[in-house]
Amino acid sequence: MENTFRELCRIRLFEERVLSLKEGGEIPGSVHLCNGQEAIPVGVLSTLEPTDWVSATYRGHGWAIARGVSLSQLFAEFMGRESDLNSGRAGSPFFSSLKDGFLGENSIVGAGAPIAAGAALSAKIKATGQVVVVSFGDGAVNQGVVPETLNLAAVLDLPLIFIVENNVYSEMSPIKDMIRSTTLVERAPAFGIPGVSVDGNDVQAVADASYQAVERARAGKGPTLIEAKTARLVGHYSGDAQQYRPAGDLAQARLDEPIARLKLKANSDLAAQYKAIEDEVAIEIEEAVMSARAMSTPNSTTAKDHVYA
Amino acid sequence: MPELRYIQAVNAALRWSLASHPDTIYFGEDVALPGGPFGATKGLYDEFGKSRIFDTPITEQAFLGMALGASLTGLRPIAEIMYVDFAFVAMDQIVNQIATARYASGGRNKAPLLIRAQQGFSPGSCSQHSHSAEAYFAHTPGLRIGLPSTPDDAYQMIRSGVQSDDPVLLLETRMLYPTKGIVRLDTAVEDIGGARTIRAGKDVTIVSWGSMVPSALDAADVLTARGIEADVIDLRWLSPLDMTTVIESVSRTGRLVITHEANLTGGFGGEIAARCAEEAFAHLKAPIVRIATPDVHFPAAPSLQIALLPNAQSIAEAATRLVGYQK
Ligand SMILES: Cc1ncc(C[n+]2csc(CCOP(=O)(O)OP(=O)(O)O)c2C)c(N)n1
Ligand SMILES: [Mg+2]
Repeated sequence: MENTFRELCRIRLFEERVLSLKEGGEIPGSVHLCNGQEAIPVGVLSTLEPTDWVSATYRGHGWAIARGVSLSQLFAEFMGRESDLNSGRAGSPFFSSLKDGFLGENSIVGAGAPIAAGAALSAKIKATGQVVVVSFGDGAVNQGVVPETLNLAAVLDLPLIFIVENNVYSEMSPIKDMIRSTTLVERAPAFGIPGVSVDGNDVQAVADASYQAVERARAGKGPTLIEAKTARLVGHYSGDAQQYRPAGDLAQARLDEPIARLKLKANSDLAAQYKAIEDEVAIEIEEAVMSARAMSTPNSTTAKDHVYA
Repeated sequence: MPELRYIQAVNAALRWSLASHPDTIYFGEDVALPGGPFGATKGLYDEFGKSRIFDTPITEQAFLGMALGASLTGLRPIAEIMYVDFAFVAMDQIVNQIATARYASGGRNKAPLLIRAQQGFSPGSCSQHSHSAEAYFAHTPGLRIGLPSTPDDAYQMIRSGVQSDDPVLLLETRMLYPTKGIVRLDTAVEDIGGARTIRAGKDVTIVSWGSMVPSALDAADVLTARGIEADVIDLRWLSPLDMTTVIESVSRTGRLVITHEANLTGGFGGEIAARCAEEAFAHLKAPIVRIATPDVHFPAAPSLQIALLPNAQSIAEAATRLVGYQK
């Protein structure tokens, strides 16, 4: 449990620090934070091998962190520094780190799904035994390319796990106004693949569902769709005033989020350990910020590099 | 006549459109109750209700196709693409379907629809949220394409677009949304098309549109301090293209600088340059120069973005070189 807590905490405190750096003007542009949704990457990653691939959206910081991407490199990338990730070219919504098994974020809704299918195709053709996880939001299921990819992966029996992080909003629009069915998981049988719905704020529940899907994929039986129900504790992006959220929605989310849940269940010994972990993580985060700040901004003479081989 | 921000002028034009055209409906992502991610449709849902303005799921391809079908059958829809970068998801509907509707029917069908999008870089925007995409669309016959650079143009060009019987794509500039200007709310609706000379000069012509127009004007100030007078043209519409205004100016000045935020190669500047070479060759005293973003994707890091973008200085330098050019 301590490990799980640490993993959740690293993502949460990282995201909080990203927000404060954004508000302080050190991170340009808008950032999309995953506060409240941390249990999904943490749960899924606990079931993957280091060689497996992960793909996420612009709300993908948590996936990268759970995959082991360096915090200081992430901060540096977001701050527009010459980071070892993407040299300041990608920023917060579009970075990748193939060396960490992180195929990348994507800031075009739904676009990551077919790319992840391609990684799954590589694994299948090369018979590497790898599986691929692709995460996207509830709104993304409506984008044409996502059902296209669900079907494609199904007919090709690709080792691909689709994770829908259902935080019930796409930007400012509630999912209940965007689909007529009550769940997203019921789309799975339409493609002839298993669909599982889980409490996305429960690390163990996520891990259990992911474990089954990974086993199935590794056995060559094809993709699974997992709907992980969760809630954002923050706006869609850094400047979102969230007037579209009904009264009580955020308060409920704060009671039900993964870290609050663990704390609620902890006895006094465990609570003290959690506190110690939080303090350690806070130090780790501050050190990462310091080292990111020490990195140089990219040399402008290199601005045109990297377009071609 | 009020002074409005660009985004407020957009809002006013959309209100006018819904109020004066009962067949106009408006749809896109987060446009109804939320009022749009930039506030373009603020208040319209309260005023016109859900039969006139509604949110779509994230389905650019489907809802642009829907705009086409609605326009073929008697409505005058306005569809909003939040960032032009997302229009690429719907290229089939734009290029194969919307643009061909009239021609492929031998002129029997019409598709009076308006697509609103905004484009360009902003600090920290990554390559997937920074495209200046006008040339992709200008290559396609059948589309009308406008790039308003001022609040008044945003207002007038939206109204012209709504009234046009052709499909119109308006590409606004997100970075200009906060800028202010006088808006002529009660003027008659203009026909689409028409460039505008926004500063008169005799030594060099600077042609621009959309996001680079303010920099072109600033460049003219820099040039005045050097004793060079620039004729600055805001092209406004790429289709229909008003070459008369451009050729008239180039014929007088003999020198032409074209500037756009879109990448250099295949940018619309190349089209203007080619037409001036064809139609005003005898008047040219110097080569035609294009000042554009080099052929690279937009990076997120602001220091790199600034290094790539054209600016008043680079435009003024180019114009100065042309004035000093010896054959
Ligand atoms: C093709 C495309 N259309 C629209 C957008 C604008 N946009 C960015 S995020 C978003 C909402 C996505 O919602 P969801 O899939 O639920 O993911 P969440 O943000 O909730 O994680 C929209 C509409 C985009 N980035 N790409
Ligand atoms: Mg969502």
